[in-house]
Amino acid sequence: MSVLIFVELDEGKLKKSSQEAIFYGAKVAGMLGTSATAVVVGQADDTELASAGRFGATKVLHAADAKLNEPNGMAYATVVAAAAQQESSKVVVLAKSSLADAMTARLAGKLKAGLAANVIELPDLSNGFRVKSSIYTGKAFAYNDLKADVKILAIKKNTITPEETDATATVDAFSPALNDSDFSITVKKTEKATGDVLLPEADLVVSAGRGLKGPENWGIVEELAKALGAATACSKPVSDLDWRPHHEHVGQTGIKVSPNLYIAAGISGAIQHLAGVNSSKVIVVINKDPEAPFFKSADYGIVGDVFEVLPRLTKAVQAL
Amino acid sequence: MKILVCVTSVPDTTTKIAFTDNNTKLNKAGVAFITGPYDDYALARAVELKEKLGASVTVLNVGEADAEPVIRKCLAIGADDAFRVNAEPTDSYFVAEQIAAIAKENNYDLILMGRESIDYNGGQVHGIVGEMLGIPSISPVMLLDIEGDVAKITREIEGGKEELEAKLPLVLGCQEPIAEWKIPNMRGIMTARTKPLRVVEPVGTDKLTAVGSYELPAPRGAVKMIKADEAETLIQLLRTEAKVI
Ligand SMILES: Cc1cc2nc3c(=O)[nH]c(=O)nc-3n(C[C@H](O)[C@H](O)[C@H](O)COP(=O)(O)OP(=O)(O)OC[C@H]3O[C@@H](n4cnc5c(N)ncnc54)[C@H](O)[C@@H]3O)c2cc1C
Repeated sequence: MSVLIFVELDEGKLKKSSQEAIFYGAKVAGMLGTSATAVVVGQADDTELASAGRFGATKVLHAADAKLNEPNGMAYATVVAAAAQQESSKVVVLAKSSLADAMTARLAGKLKAGLAANVIELPDLSNGFRVKSSIYTGKAFAYNDLKADVKILAIKKNTITPEETDATATVDAFSPALNDSDFSITVKKTEKATGDVLLPEADLVVSAGRGLKGPENWGIVEELAKALGAATACSKPVSDLDWRPHHEHVGQTGIKVSPNLYIAAGISGAIQHLAGVNSSKVIVVINKDPEAPFFKSADYGIVGDVFEVLPRLTKAVQAL
Repeated sequence: MKILVCVTSVPDTTTKIAFTDNNTKLNKAGVAFITGPYDDYALARAVELKEKLGASVTVLNVGEADAEPVIRKCLAIGADDAFRVNAEPTDSYFVAEQIAAIAKENNYDLILMGRESIDYNGGQVHGIVGEMLGIPSISPVMLLDIEGDVAKITREIEGGKEELEAKLPLVLGCQEPIAEWKIPNMRGIMTARTKPLRVVEPVGTDKLTAVGSYELPAPRGAVKMIKADEAETLIQLLRTEAKVI
């Protein structure tokens, strides 16, 4: 009856958000008096897979069928459902992500599972199975009672900080039967930024809005992000105007982020923007307008011109 | 071609959320309800496909009677008819089951909805419907074209996008820039009144999840202001005080 954790790979490495999921899943397993098994799909070497043990998994099921090399929510759901069946898992944990979203839903359908998305705390098992999740795009929380036999918890980034040990997990090959129908979507082309910090995974985010005046000025945002090792993000008008790609747009209708540090430069702080970023641990706002609403939701604020302040911050980081 | 567009009725994006009844219910006083912004994109694209390819567009909402103004607005924007499944939409599995039941009876070629509702942000309904119907589901869809029985899709992925092809029938979770939101015109509003809106009772399942109570986030502490000409201090504070870098 182990707790099953779906672990995502990024270029053959366990994703950071998945490391959090393993640690979270192992904690839940501890609460339930059972063990934690990770299921990993795609190509990775055994040392990397065994490192799931550092975060608390005792076993890794590795599905390495070449057909699964392309991320595919439908096929991955088939794999994870088979793993849940093999391990008699009643609790499945995973980190929210684009791939996980596609997979979780199919999996919930297959397992008739009770599902909580955007989970932000460990469950409370004192009276049933209750989990806290973020709703209304971060404007509120819900305490969800999961009543189904099988429960799926999709956790938000920064829900838990993994403590690492030097344990390793055993790695078992896993080759469940795949359905032809799971491969009915053909990927024609993938365009993915490489080398940058992925926004949903990032611990630090430097974000900028219309105050930057135009795409040609983004260099000062990128330089600060680079100095910090942060991801870059933007407000909605900025992506609507095509100054930045859509996958950088955060907020109510964009990506929801919960990094340790969110730096907002030249962003007014409209409620729709705040909604997607207000669960960041620390918020810094830089705006030349002292009345900008964002200052009300910030931990640190600088009233000033982004064109002067950002380069100074970059220099200060480089000098650390 | 038959298109089903599933829409939610959600608090306007500017709503300050508050709860009543000992934090067990949303305080609806003074809250304006709107079509989910992502659902608006799905509907707008469906209406464009109807104009381009000659499809029929049916709107479906799982919700109580107070969701009807939102449904009528979708009819005014260009949907032909509508279903309302008369139930409180409390759980994504339950909502998906209602959608799948109606879809099974009516054989839609395309089921469109928003990538997620902006109340519970589950982003799960499309995938569960796809699983229940045994057809592919894709989300979040940024571009959609139909050629014969093949959908050509651009989907957002982390750090980029992906071009995909799949045969109909499909379930898609939509987002910008799939289409421009449409605003109803006077003629649309007039004709919407006479378009059929069928109210059906839910197919039964036990709810797999239930919300016991709600909570609001703790307010952030007071903001610490730093002078622009001492901006460097911020970096020190982030390191020594906030300990985030
Ligand atoms: C349904 C709906 C959904 C939405 N979803 C989102 C969403 O997901 N994400 C989102 O971001 N928005 C969203 N919006 C839009 C939102 O309401 C705001 O319009 C948007 O966030 C404003 O972006 P901005 O702050 O970059 O631009 P502006 O509002 O134009 O603000 C620019 C700011 O920059 C400051 N500034 C200008 N020049 C400088 C300078 N040189 N130095 C320092 N500061 C400067 C100004 O003082 C101002 O505060 C949504 C709106 C709707 C209706």
